[in-house]
Amino acid sequence: MNEIWAGILAAFRLIVTLDGDLVEITLRSLQVSLSALVIASAIALPFGTWLAIRRFRYRRATIATLNALMGLPPVVVGLIVYLLLSRSGPFGVMGLLFTPTAMIIAQVIIITPLIASITHQAMRELWAEYHDLLISLNTSKRQRIATLIWDGRRTLLTAALAGFGRAIGEVGAIMIVGGNIDHATRVLTTAIALETGKGDFALALGLGFVLIALALLVNFAIHALSRTEREGTW
Amino acid sequence: MSVSLRDVTVRRRGKTILGPLSIDLDAAGFSIVLGPNGAGKTTFLKILHGVERVTDGTAEWSVSAEEARQAQAYVFQSPIMLRRSVGQNLAYPLQLLGMDKADVAKRVLDWAGRIGLSDALERPAPRLSGGERQKLALGRALIRSPKVLFLDEPCANLDGRSTREIETLLLAAQRDGTRIIMTTHDLGQARRLASDIVFLLNGQVHERAPASEFFTTPKTVEAKAFMEGDIVE
Ligand SMILES: Nc1ncnc2c1ncn2[C@@H]1O[C@H](COP(=O)(O)OP(=O)(O)OP(=O)(O)O)[C@@H](O)[C@H]1O
Ligand SMILES: [Mg+2]
Repeated sequence: MNEIWAGILAAFRLIVTLDGDLVEITLRSLQVSLSALVIASAIALPFGTWLAIRRFRYRRATIATLNALMGLPPVVVGLIVYLLLSRSGPFGVMGLLFTPTAMIIAQVIIITPLIASITHQAMRELWAEYHDLLISLNTSKRQRIATLIWDGRRTLLTAALAGFGRAIGEVGAIMIVGGNIDHATRVLTTAIALETGKGDFALALGLGFVLIALALLVNFAIHALSRTEREGTW
Repeated sequence: MSVSLRDVTVRRRGKTILGPLSIDLDAAGFSIVLGPNGAGKTTFLKILHGVERVTDGTAEWSVSAEEARQAQAYVFQSPIMLRRSVGQNLAYPLQLLGMDKADVAKRVLDWAGRIGLSDALERPAPRLSGGERQKLALGRALIRSPKVLFLDEPCANLDGRSTREIETLLLAAQRDGTRIIMTTHDLGQARRLASDIVFLLNGQVHERAPASEFFTTPKTVEAKAFMEGDIVE
């Protein structure tokens, strides 16, 4: 028990003094997960919206696939990306394995289905509301998608935040494709796993607090956003 | 532009909700569609506007379908508000045309004044009262100066004064060359505005006549009963 208290104290000291390692790891985590978020959103938001307004033959199957992909175990994603990027894999020549880029790729694969699925649900609702008006105004497909994305931007931001929350807390995939290399690919979650294994609870707890703080921040933001959405205050 | 419907039938879930009916509407005038609830008035308007699927028959405008739709505006029975401010709702149809910002702003101010919402420009449209929404929907429809305007009970929740204001706007639009096709349950309003009447009953055009004729000498007993406030079946 004493050991844990000492760990917590030391963790606070690390945070308050802005310990070099802690800051570096936190920044890398943010860099990787924010990059993944931007790329995943650029794919998932238009795709989810398109899926909501477009009727086509395999729509149901596509949605089912999307929901199934949402449940992909990150470790498996990590394994697949590893195989693709490894020396003997199809993209081996690019030398991306064990770089932040590889971690971003893995996280994009993990969160894109999640963001697309939330987007699709929200946009379907908005589309039902706007449908008659947008058809009547003779809008083009592009104009419809733009209108829905703009007027649904709060819900979309919520979707994106949910994706970010998943990305920043994810450990399995980035451990495999990033390799948890010091000063190169070490991020919050993989560092916590490593330090805990080594018995360095101070750093592990310090990193843990940062991670929890980030997760709380994201959740508060989602909560605040969905409340303004419900009350219809823009 | 004029329109002609030939043997138009609309079936939904095995039930015929409109037609078969054939009718021609000229390029000018103020037609009012009357009929009891469920007669098919909304369906009729949507067919003309081209947003409802026709099961059988044809609905053809004198110009191409694309051109026709672009020159029309429709005010829905329950107004659809974009989740934006009043001003942005008014601006939206103009922005779709790619009109430049200064022109849009000028027209928005002008129309906000005409529909009596100048003070509400910044307010979120979904928070307006029912009557204010109807006025906004009307302003948003007229702001493009459409050649044809469809209105589905535009004054249903309005008080006497608002109704007058809207009627004034509609008559002004008609003078400026907008052809109007409108439904209403307010017979006084029909008398004040209509140039001709389309009386729908059970999905059929039961009677069609110039307004003066229809109100003084209706040809069918059902139309007569309808005007006297009896229940028609
Ligand atoms: N998509 C649909 N599926 C099944 N029935 C429908 C559909 N749309 C309309 N109907 C039915 O068709 C009939 C005519 O509807 P419509 O909305 O045109 O009537 P209306 O004359 O506008 O009535 P109101 O005065 O109440 O607005 C109604 O009985 C309605 O229930
Ligand atoms: Mg109706």
